[in-house]
Amino acid sequence: MPSETAAKKSDKQRGYRRPHALTDAVTHYCPGCGHGIIHRLLAEAMDELGIREKTIAVAPVGCAVLGYDYWRIDVSEAPHGRTPAVATGIKRVQPDKIVFSYQGDGDLAAIGTAEIVHAANRGENICVFFVNNTVYGMTGGQMAPTTLLAQQTQTTPGGRDQVVHGNPIRVCELLENLDGSTYLERVTVSSPANVRKAKRAALKAFRTQMDGKGFSLVEFLSPCPTYWRMSAQKSIKHIDEVLVKVFPPGVIKDQTGQE
Amino acid sequence: MSANKILMTGNEAIGEAAIRAGVDAYFGYPITPQNELTAYMSHRMLEEGRVFIQSESELAAINMVLGAAVSGKRAMTSSSSPGISLKQEGISYLAAMELPAVIANIVRGGPGLGNIAPAQSDYWQGTRGGGHGDYRTICLGPSTVQECVDLVYLAFDLSDKYRTPAVILADGRLGQMMEPVTFDHLGPPSPPEKPWALTGAKGREQQSIKSLFLDPDVLEELNLRLARTYEKIEQNEVRWDTLQMDDAEVCIVAYGTSARVSKEAMRRARDEGIKVGLIRPISLWPYPYEPIRQAAEKVQFFLVPEMSMGQMIEDVRLAVEGKRPVYHTGRVGGNVSNPKEILDAIRDCCEKV
Ligand SMILES: Cc1ncc(C[n+]2csc(CCOP(=O)(O)OP(=O)(O)O)c2C)c(N)n1
Ligand code: SF4
Ligand SMILES: [Mg+2]
Repeated sequence: MPSETAAKKSDKQRGYRRPHALTDAVTHYCPGCGHGIIHRLLAEAMDELGIREKTIAVAPVGCAVLGYDYWRIDVSEAPHGRTPAVATGIKRVQPDKIVFSYQGDGDLAAIGTAEIVHAANRGENICVFFVNNTVYGMTGGQMAPTTLLAQQTQTTPGGRDQVVHGNPIRVCELLENLDGSTYLERVTVSSPANVRKAKRAALKAFRTQMDGKGFSLVEFLSPCPTYWRMSAQKSIKHIDEVLVKVFPPGVIKDQTGQE
Repeated sequence: MSANKILMTGNEAIGEAAIRAGVDAYFGYPITPQNELTAYMSHRMLEEGRVFIQSESELAAINMVLGAAVSGKRAMTSSSSPGISLKQEGISYLAAMELPAVIANIVRGGPGLGNIAPAQSDYWQGTRGGGHGDYRTICLGPSTVQECVDLVYLAFDLSDKYRTPAVILADGRLGQMMEPVTFDHLGPPSPPEKPWALTGAKGREQQSIKSLFLDPDVLEELNLRLARTYEKIEQNEVRWDTLQMDDAEVCIVAYGTSARVSKEAMRRARDEGIKVGLIRPISLWPYPYEPIRQAAEKVQFFLVPEMSMGQMIEDVRLAVEGKRPVYHTGRVGGNVSNPKEILDAIRDCCEKV
C-alpha cells in the first residue's frame, strides 16, 4: 500500500480534490472496482449536506469491511449480514444522528435477508447503500443471490443454473411492497453521468433520513472486474449491456415527497 | 426502615432491575420461559421513554444490542437456550469489540428444541464464552428473585467497568416463580464515561469499533488485552455464598434453583446427623475455585446437584484437583430434583466413601 503522502501527491498531480469525508488512505480495492467510486460519492454527499460530523456508518463483512479506514466518520463493524440490525440499534438510541449501512449482495441479500426485510418493514429511519456486484468479492468470487443466470463463479463453474441454484434476487422490487420502505432507487456507476445520478440518489437517501421520512435504500450496480474475469472497461460495458436487463435502473419507490 | 416489597416473577424482576440500572435499550424475541420479561419491557421501556424493539430474531436482537452498545448506551437482551445459541455469534463480536451488554438466559431443557421446563444445561455455554474465539463472558447465577434484581443491577456495572458482555444465567423456574422483592437499595445508575463510543466525529478524529485485525500480531495484542481483562475479573469479581461449612464433613456445591433445593436436603441430612455444608457459586464465571479448594482440605466428599448431566461439576473437579471424590446428582429434561432425591444421594455417597 503506498503511503498517505504518496496518495496526496498523486491527488495533486491529477488535480483531484478529495472530499473531506474521505480519508487520505489508498483503498485496497482491485483496479476498476466500483466500491471506491461509491465510497467517494457518499463522501461528497455527506460533505455537501454538512452531515459528516453526525454520521455513523455500519460497515459490512465483504470487500468493504475496511470502510472505517476510508471514510472520515465514525464506523462500526457488524457481523456478516447483521448490518441493518446494528444500524437499527445505533439509530434508535441516537435518533439525532445520521446512520447508514453499506452492504454487499451476500451481506444484504443472502445471510442478512431477514435483517434487511425487517429494517425496511419497521421503516427504520436509516439509509442503506447496497452494492450489487453479482458476486461474493471478498471470499473469492462465489455465487451471490444476485448472480445472473449462466454467470460463472467459483461455485457455479458451469454457470448459474436456475434449477440448481435459483434465480437472481431483485432487492429493490422485493422491498417495494413493504409499507415501511420510503425510497428505493437502483443506479449504476458505469459512466460519469451515471455516477452523478448515483450521487443524486445518495443525497436523496440522506435527505429522506434527515427529514425523518424513514427507510431508504440505494442499490448500486457495481463492477467487480476481478471475479467477472473481465477488464475494467469490459466490466463497465457488462453493466450497461447485461446487468441492467436483469436489474433495471430507476426509482422503484418514492414516498419522500421530494422532487 | 422496612423496605418496600413487591411480589414479582423473576422475569419481571430482571426487567425492572435493568430499568433501575438505567438500561437505554432492550431488544428481544419471544421464547418461553422468558416471555414475561420481554412483555414487561414492552411497556416499561416505553413508559420510561427508552427503546424497546421486538426483533425479527435473536440474531437481530443481539446485533441491535451491539448497535446500542457502540453508541455508548446501556443495552440488554434476553432469551432462553435455543435463542441464546443464535445470539452466540453476536456475543463473540461484543467480546471482541470490547462492548458492554447484558444478556439474560432463562434456561430451559435441551438440547435442540428440548422443552420449556427449567434446566441448568447451558452452564458450559454461559461460562465458557459459548461462541467462537478466545473470550469469556461474566456469568452470574441468581438463586432467588431478589438476587435476580441485585445481579442484573451488578451485571450492568461490571459489564461497563470491564467492557465485556455479562450473562445472567437463571433457570426457567426462577424466571417464572414469584417472590417479594425490593429495589429500594439500588442507587441511581452510574455508567462510566465512554469516550470510545461512536457518536459522530464532531470536534474529534473519526473512530471505529471493530473486531477484524488481519495482522496476526495485532489480533494477538487484542487477545492478550482481553486475557488481562479476564485476569482482573478473576481477581476482583468472584462471588459465592456458604452455609454451615464450619463443621461440614460433606460439601454440596450448587447454584440457582439446585442450591435452593439443596438447602432443604441439607437441613434434613443434618437432622440425621450428617454434617452437610453448602458452597453456592454466585459468579459462575469467574468461578469460586478457592473456597472449594479450601473445603477439599477438610470434607470427605463433594456432591454437585445440577439440573444437567453434570456441567458445573467440571469446575468443582478443577478446584478439588482429585483430592476428594466429587459426585453428581440431579434430574434432567426439565425436571427439578426434590430435597428427598438429594438427601438420598447424600446418603448413597456417604456409603461409597
Ligand atoms: C457468518 C459468516 N459467514 C461467512 C463469512 C465469509 N464471508 C465474508 S464476506 C462474504 C461475502 C461477501 O460478499 P458480498 O456481501 O457480496 O460483498 P463483496 O465482497 O462482493 O463486496 C462471506 C460469505 C463470514 N465472514 N461470516
Ligand atoms: S474482489 Fe471485486 S468487489 Fe472486491 S475489491 Fe476486487 S473488484 Fe472490488
Ligand atoms: Mg458482492
